[in-house]
Amino acid sequence: MKPFSYTRAESVRDAVAALMANPQAQLLAGGTNLIDLIKYDVAEPEAVIDINRLPLKEIVELPDGGLRIGALVSNSAVAYDPRVKQHFPLLSSAILAGASPQLRNAATTGGNLLQRTRCYYFYDPASPCNKRDPGSGCPAIGGLNRIHAILGASDACIAVHPSDMCVALAALDATVEVEGPDGAREIGFADFHRLPGDGPDRDNTLRRGEIVTGVRLEANHFAGHHTYLKLRDRLSYAFALVSVAAAVQVADGRFVEVRVALGGVAHKPWRDPLAEAEFAGAPAGEETFIRLADRLLAGAEGRGHNDFKIPLAHRAIVRALRQAVSGHPQDQTVKAIQ
Amino acid sequence: MLNQSKTVGLPVSRIDGPLKVTGQARYAAEHFGPGMLYGHVVSATIATGRIRAIHTAAAEHFPGVVKIYTHDNRPKTAYRDSRWKDAVALPGHPFRPLENDRVLFDGQPVAFVVAESPEAARDAAGLVQIEYLSEEPHTDIVAQRHESYEPPVPRMKQFMPPPPRGDAEAAFAAAAHRVSADYVLSGEHHNPMELFASTVLLGTDGALTIHDKTQGSQNSCDYICGVFSLDPGKVVVKNSFVGGAFGQALRPKHQLFFAVMASLDLNRSMKVEMTRQDMFYLTWRPSCIQTVSLAADAEGHLQAVMHHAVHATSRHEDYQENVANWSGLAYKCENVKISYEIAKLDLATPGDMRAPGAATGMTALEAAMDELAYAAGIDPLELRIRNFVHRDQNQDKAITSKALHACYREGAARFGWAERSAAPRSMREGDDLVGWGMAGGIWEAMMSKGEAKVRLSVDGSVTVSAAASDIGTGTYTILGQLAAEAFDCPVDAVSVEIGASDLPKTGVEGGSWTAATTGSAVQAAAKAVIKTLLTHAQSMENSPLKEAKVQQVEIAEGRLVLESNHQIGVSMVDILEAAGLEAIEEHAKVGPDMLTMMRYASYSHSAVFVEVKVDEELGIVRVTRVVSAIGAGRILNPKTARSQILGGIVMGIGMALHEEGMIDHRTGRIMNHNLAEYHVPAHADIRDIEVIFVEEDDDMASPIGVKGLGEIGIVGVAAAVSNAVFHATGKRIRTLPITVDKILQSEAV
Repeated sequence: MKPFSYTRAESVRDAVAALMANPQAQLLAGGTNLIDLIKYDVAEPEAVIDINRLPLKEIVELPDGGLRIGALVSNSAVAYDPRVKQHFPLLSSAILAGASPQLRNAATTGGNLLQRTRCYYFYDPASPCNKRDPGSGCPAIGGLNRIHAILGASDACIAVHPSDMCVALAALDATVEVEGPDGAREIGFADFHRLPGDGPDRDNTLRRGEIVTGVRLEANHFAGHHTYLKLRDRLSYAFALVSVAAAVQVADGRFVEVRVALGGVAHKPWRDPLAEAEFAGAPAGEETFIRLADRLLAGAEGRGHNDFKIPLAHRAIVRALRQAVSGHPQDQTVKAIQ
Repeated sequence: MLNQSKTVGLPVSRIDGPLKVTGQARYAAEHFGPGMLYGHVVSATIATGRIRAIHTAAAEHFPGVVKIYTHDNRPKTAYRDSRWKDAVALPGHPFRPLENDRVLFDGQPVAFVVAESPEAARDAAGLVQIEYLSEEPHTDIVAQRHESYEPPVPRMKQFMPPPPRGDAEAAFAAAAHRVSADYVLSGEHHNPMELFASTVLLGTDGALTIHDKTQGSQNSCDYICGVFSLDPGKVVVKNSFVGGAFGQALRPKHQLFFAVMASLDLNRSMKVEMTRQDMFYLTWRPSCIQTVSLAADAEGHLQAVMHHAVHATSRHEDYQENVANWSGLAYKCENVKISYEIAKLDLATPGDMRAPGAATGMTALEAAMDELAYAAGIDPLELRIRNFVHRDQNQDKAITSKALHACYREGAARFGWAERSAAPRSMREGDDLVGWGMAGGIWEAMMSKGEAKVRLSVDGSVTVSAAASDIGTGTYTILGQLAAEAFDCPVDAVSVEIGASDLPKTGVEGGSWTAATTGSAVQAAAKAVIKTLLTHAQSMENSPLKEAKVQQVEIAEGRLVLESNHQIGVSMVDILEAAGLEAIEEHAKVGPDMLTMMRYASYSHSAVFVEVKVDEELGIVRVTRVVSAIGAGRILNPKTARSQILGGIVMGIGMALHEEGMIDHRTGRIMNHNLAEYHVPAHADIRDIEVIFVEEDDDMASPIGVKGLGEIGIVGVAAAVSNAVFHATGKRIRTLPITVDKILQSEAV
């Protein structure tokens, strides 16, 4: 850990100004990821800007039936909010599949979006890592990589995004609201996180000085037919090896719409809307589930230890679609997979 | 002679419990003194090579830094290896921190920063720059298995394999049913909650009081007196409370060395606490590859047992544990061949971790027994019953007690084993395959040499003291119960003083021998107090106990009375007052009975039954039910005893499904050195666990009839889980842990 200055922002403008004043400044919300990174000497901010006093703690109903979740609403508050549970149960379920009650109480909506990707080597400052130290190399390739990416990886980085909440937000086509030196703007969820390409040091598309102020959800028709299925190395308190957020609309035994977002498989929550679109109108049955899984994983590539994730993801997609179509979402308090 | 009061055998709550739950129990890092300095260790980030240069200038200039130690400026310490050898030291050269430029393992301490605050020490440690000359590391036991050797100097005679008996190869070749396979265990890391820490408080007269995280205060004390040539009369090491250890704290660790070194050099009190990451380099259960070959006749009687084990050790020490010998004594067999070797890897020295050797070796043997059961078409429990043996064939000795039949019977009944259908994949529940597996466990019931003092005061209070440790096991409580039984008083009238090196001599807390040893010493000291009481009572005028022999008296309700007639006796207060004494204090010394040991071997036993449910499509395993039946002699306290076994079972489930130190063999570095990536079971992984203690009356195992419980709970659990996974899935996974990738990638038989 390196010494840093600590200041408290009293307004979003304050926070933006503090970020602009020092390129090595970082925002502190719940701290559940940043503090770990600081302790491991992975993050070495010169200035820590505490944003916990900013007025971003409300969940507001929108006229179209959607919700706007402030960036500082805790993961627990989102998961147990009656409006979220009623209209966006997929989001509630995904949050409850992650971390522990203590962490969910501290972690915030904005912070969850900004979790760093997961990799043994990224967390170990003595190892080379293109994300920590651009150009130094990626020892996960050819090294220990059973938790790593099978989709959208590059030769520079095969780390995975660890969030459960974001997988649900990807499936729900959420919008991220941000504010920066040039004012407010919106980023579609699919565009918020990035694939590593040749610049894995950047996890997202925020511009310098920008801060996440909230996440917006539009009303949808998925409340009855969705699931969040998370597979991991132990039954709780572990990052996903593979997770699937599925949201479907079925009429007369056929898909009107099918959305599948995957966690634990890529540098960002993975979605392929073009592939999904091909299945609109297809019979909502086992054969379609398998074809859709084939299609979503067509480009999947293992790196050795993580080869098993390809068949595991395939089976998880099929199971999740079965759960979603049947209207029996995975219960996160039951550790048996339904 | 001792009366059968109701204290021993009752589920008495921990007497140290209130202190622990209210935060008043202070652990090694929670002591403070004036002018204290803080240290932080800089660890190597290569597995083997040399240090070319250490750049400390930036760290030295960091505000608050007092001194930085490297191999270039380390104060002088003892020269001879013997001075560095602690009571649990191994054959080879003990590790000496900052001795020279050589790096022997990833995580080796290579510099030590002392500062006015822990934060400054840690931050400055991050500024120390080290240039290495790296060499190619060898850290994979499977790759190095052919570089193995028989330890030239045995750590313990009984760890060496017994001589072969019969002709195992020929019997194997001729037998009706045969199985032979390799079993691989990854390195495991203890990871108790409490981190290693030492606080050295410097007294005005140069005396040192050291709070150390250790399983043996006297071992730590002797070690630093040897290394730093200190007067043992001026050093006290305390370990009043220990936040878990599992064997990791048997040997003194680097932080103790550094804290004392800097305290002496700088003449200041010192505190050093290691990090969670460091815990992965301070002793570990060695990775191990074993080949087990079993053969049986058509009726399932074992015809041949062959067990070859190779486990890891470090470059500088020959760590050894009894992995394979259990295979020669678990079951009746006339043709046995056991071999045991170790292989040097560029890793920290492994060490004892809960049921060292047995947890590893019995996992392989008991998985192989399951394979043999299937090969022979015999129920796995029935196969074990058919091969039951009443004698230790390795040593050709009788056994003090072995209630394993009762363990089998009661465990199977509670579990419902009779309802099991034998074929793999034959039991289902929805999408889940259901698997039932079982295994047996053994651990040596040991008693070591130990001493204790018991003091009976005129106010009726009793004080028990010994340099024993309570590493979360319940030592405080059971010693209090034994004394309460002897003096027929409530447990809370007994003060238990343990956890300090200036108390009566006691070995390290390990091997499951503490209850048997210190408990017997307390009982002996209590008897001595009663004997002295009787002597004083008999010198009183008109004493009703004039003719009584010590075997005929006991304490009841504050009086020394005749066992046969409680009406006849004298109050303890009257005896002490008549003798003009404030208290009577007696000291006792116990040890194993050599004559018994020549004729008998003593073991605790277990039978573990496990149910798993495995999602057929996804390969996710859940352990839904465990029944463990234990035969371990007399149970002093069913509450702390059950807790010991529960902990062992949970650790066994971790061994089977979760725990794995992941080494990048290109660099020789452990890459999952934190609790996010090194998995142990979470609450959700643990469901119903039932512990049964079967009755064993065994006064040969120890004078108080105790065999010990720290280890037996884990032995066999991993095998029972893997056997249950086989029964559920038809997949025999012989490399632990059994993770989803292995399930998906292996074929059902």
